[in-house]
Amino acid sequence: MKKMIPLGLLWLGLIIAAPSLLAADISVKDGDSIQAAVNQASTGDVILVHPGTYKESVYVDKDGITIRGVVVEGEWPVMDGEGILNDAILYSGNDFTVEWLTITRYKGNAVMGQAGNNFVIRYNKVIDTGVYGIFPQFGKNGLIEYNVLSGIEDAAIYVGMCDNIDVRHNEVFDNVAGIEIENTRHALVENNYAHNNTAGLLVFITPGLPIKTTYDVILRNNFVVNNNTANFGAPGSIVSKVPAGIGIVVMAADDVIVEGNIISGNKTAGIVITDLAFITDISSDPDSEPNPDRMVFLDNLMFDNGADPVADVKALMLTQFSRRGPDILANLGSAQEPDNCIINRERYTSFGVKKWSECERKDTADIVSMMIPGGAPSEVVTTEGRTKLLYQGICAGCHAYNMRLIGPPTLTVKAIYRDDIQAVADYIAAPHKVRTDYPAMPPQGHLSPELRRDVAEYMLNVTK
Amino acid sequence: MMRGLFGPLSLWLMTCVVSMPLVAASEWTLTDVCPAGFHQRDGGCYLQSFYSGYRSLQDSGVGGLKTGLPPLREGFSAQEIDLGRLLFFDPLLSADGDMACSSCHQPAKGFSDGLPGSVGRDGFVMHRSAPTLWNVGFLRELFWDARASSLEEQLEGPLFSSVEMANTPAQLLASLRQNANYPGLFQQAFGGAGEISLEQIYAALAAFQSSLISLSSRYDLYANGFHEVLTQPEIDGMNVFRSFVARCAECHTPPAFTNQQIAVIGTPEPEGMPLDIGVEAITGDESQRGGFKVPTLRNIELTAPYMHSGRFNTLREAVAFYTGGRGHAVPEGEHLSLHWHIWEPDLNDRELDLLVAFLKTLTDQSFMPVLPQKVPSGLKPVATQILTH
Repeated sequence: MKKMIPLGLLWLGLIIAAPSLLAADISVKDGDSIQAAVNQASTGDVILVHPGTYKESVYVDKDGITIRGVVVEGEWPVMDGEGILNDAILYSGNDFTVEWLTITRYKGNAVMGQAGNNFVIRYNKVIDTGVYGIFPQFGKNGLIEYNVLSGIEDAAIYVGMCDNIDVRHNEVFDNVAGIEIENTRHALVENNYAHNNTAGLLVFITPGLPIKTTYDVILRNNFVVNNNTANFGAPGSIVSKVPAGIGIVVMAADDVIVEGNIISGNKTAGIVITDLAFITDISSDPDSEPNPDRMVFLDNLMFDNGADPVADVKALMLTQFSRRGPDILANLGSAQEPDNCIINRERYTSFGVKKWSECERKDTADIVSMMIPGGAPSEVVTTEGRTKLLYQGICAGCHAYNMRLIGPPTLTVKAIYRDDIQAVADYIAAPHKVRTDYPAMPPQGHLSPELRRDVAEYMLNVTK
Repeated sequence: MMRGLFGPLSLWLMTCVVSMPLVAASEWTLTDVCPAGFHQRDGGCYLQSFYSGYRSLQDSGVGGLKTGLPPLREGFSAQEIDLGRLLFFDPLLSADGDMACSSCHQPAKGFSDGLPGSVGRDGFVMHRSAPTLWNVGFLRELFWDARASSLEEQLEGPLFSSVEMANTPAQLLASLRQNANYPGLFQQAFGGAGEISLEQIYAALAAFQSSLISLSSRYDLYANGFHEVLTQPEIDGMNVFRSFVARCAECHTPPAFTNQQIAVIGTPEPEGMPLDIGVEAITGDESQRGGFKVPTLRNIELTAPYMHSGRFNTLREAVAFYTGGRGHAVPEGEHLSLHWHIWEPDLNDRELDLLVAFLKTLTDQSFMPVLPQKVPSGLKPVATQILTH
């Protein structure tokens, strides 16, 4: 018995110790560098950024990193680009989380992702960051929630070329575009407050991008009000072509459900459904299908939209003998087709929905999230795997195992060096010509000494 | 005296002529080993890459650091690739026997030619620069104006253009069939009786070009987790590159460093030259006026001068174009539907230098094919000087 207890304690100790072995908290205090902490961090680590002002751009090219602001009695950590720095946070790693930061005065974006899956961006305040606020691109499975963003000259939240994204509980105001879902599939935009932007919510296909579709998007239970701010988008940008006073724009996207939103006070129109003709003077893309297909408009509260529309819409009102601007404007080409549906259409001032059919479904209560249960699978490359990739990606190109390619076969190298790993590692760094009948090997001195040793050891032990 | 001088010379010449077929008979055997970076499977050669373990969103081959590649033309046999290698450098493929594919796609110059406009038959200077062939097997569309959708379709262009290699299908077939070595080589590559068809020629050339893989640059090591290989200025340059201020990575998207789209960016033509209307000439679509394919940036360090017009001699000039302001080089009175990513990023001199530093991390020629010192026609192979790494 006496021996059993320490054994039990040992197991208990292992269980408790396991998370701390795998993950650590790294504190960053005012005057420190967040990037230095990222460089030091490993998968699973949480970087705790304490109140202070951090004037840097931070990039995260590792998996499983969390950057978490520590807010103490209302004192936030602030990342300040001073109008000089490009982006505040650039990430490409999977399983990245950023939360509780104030980000201001960057020229580019507050948070920009390039292909990181399973991201979480929440509880951030983003003020006057330039082009976009939050901009995940090429990511699969992401959550953007409880952020507040204002003063951004394009989209405050721009989900570009992603899949399986939830955008919930954010407030976006005083931007050109509030929340934009672009060339993205499976997105839920829910419970957001989009006010005083040029346009509130946008669901787009933008032509000319390598990923061509937007479909399966739900806009649900959002407040989309008073989006009448004059357009201050950069000349030439697509969003600069969006007229002021629009609550929601759906352009060329398919299978969009609009449900339970409060859409009011938008002076041009509550909702505009349109094809790609809406934006002019951009290069056409024959691979982008231009029509908005299969809109589903369920119950929404819409009033006081279209009070002072732009000239084009006024002209349209004349043709419709209407003195009221539209809650719903679906006048462009295919936007009027009966493959779209609507319920209770008599409650709205609408142009272009006459041919729309009656929706069969009445709500989307069955859909809780667009995210992937369990997350998108991400590649975990172990140290052993990295060395193997290095060997196969570089060394094996010239050194086949048992035949001559460009360099001598690996078997020959093994025979010469036997167990002398360091000698191989040194040779890799600074090769010298040994055989006159072989071309010179390119030096690999850019690999760290550890990597050279790892790969040399791999080469001397590989058995195929 | 004269007789005495000519005697040994003509004897030597005769020896050469007589001995050539003897040399050829033993010499012209195609390799059965796949090129560097490729592994043999089911009789075909398939790329083995750092990136093969990664996915890409919508299988598009674009994204970030650890993103899968676009689909590659692969599965050619080692012999097909090797035959293509010989054909590629053989001037027998041109009407006059003086140009090869390698005339405009020189290995020593990043498989480009170092010229703003390539030089064709009789010194004719063309108006666009030769694109690199590194990683060309990943591309879905070829030529600056994207007018070809396969390597086979592309290579018919220069082979049969009257101002380039100027050959005809009939003459090309005849010269290969009449050659002492090629029928046997085609037999090795394609089986049959070595009768040689145009399709076989195209397939072999496409096979070789698809084997020109450059994915082992220092950037690639960084992308795959070996962060210590890049210097801090290079990393800073990468961050400028992918920032949404410079926006380079929006079109030159990793891992191929092209998103394979058409973009209208408004780069200048050489002094005094009219605007090259690019894709508009192919599609008739005015909105594509001045549009060109987004080129890869891999091995960009080696392929000066830059842009479709070869207007910029250095990388520094090329990156500076983008910070010169939206449309600053569009001729007066012209209207181009410029890409929305072209704006005024206000990059400073240091950022431009950093961008150049980063672009140089994309250089990798470690899988350079063996450049033949002889080709089966007996003509002098073109542009096969040996490179030192």
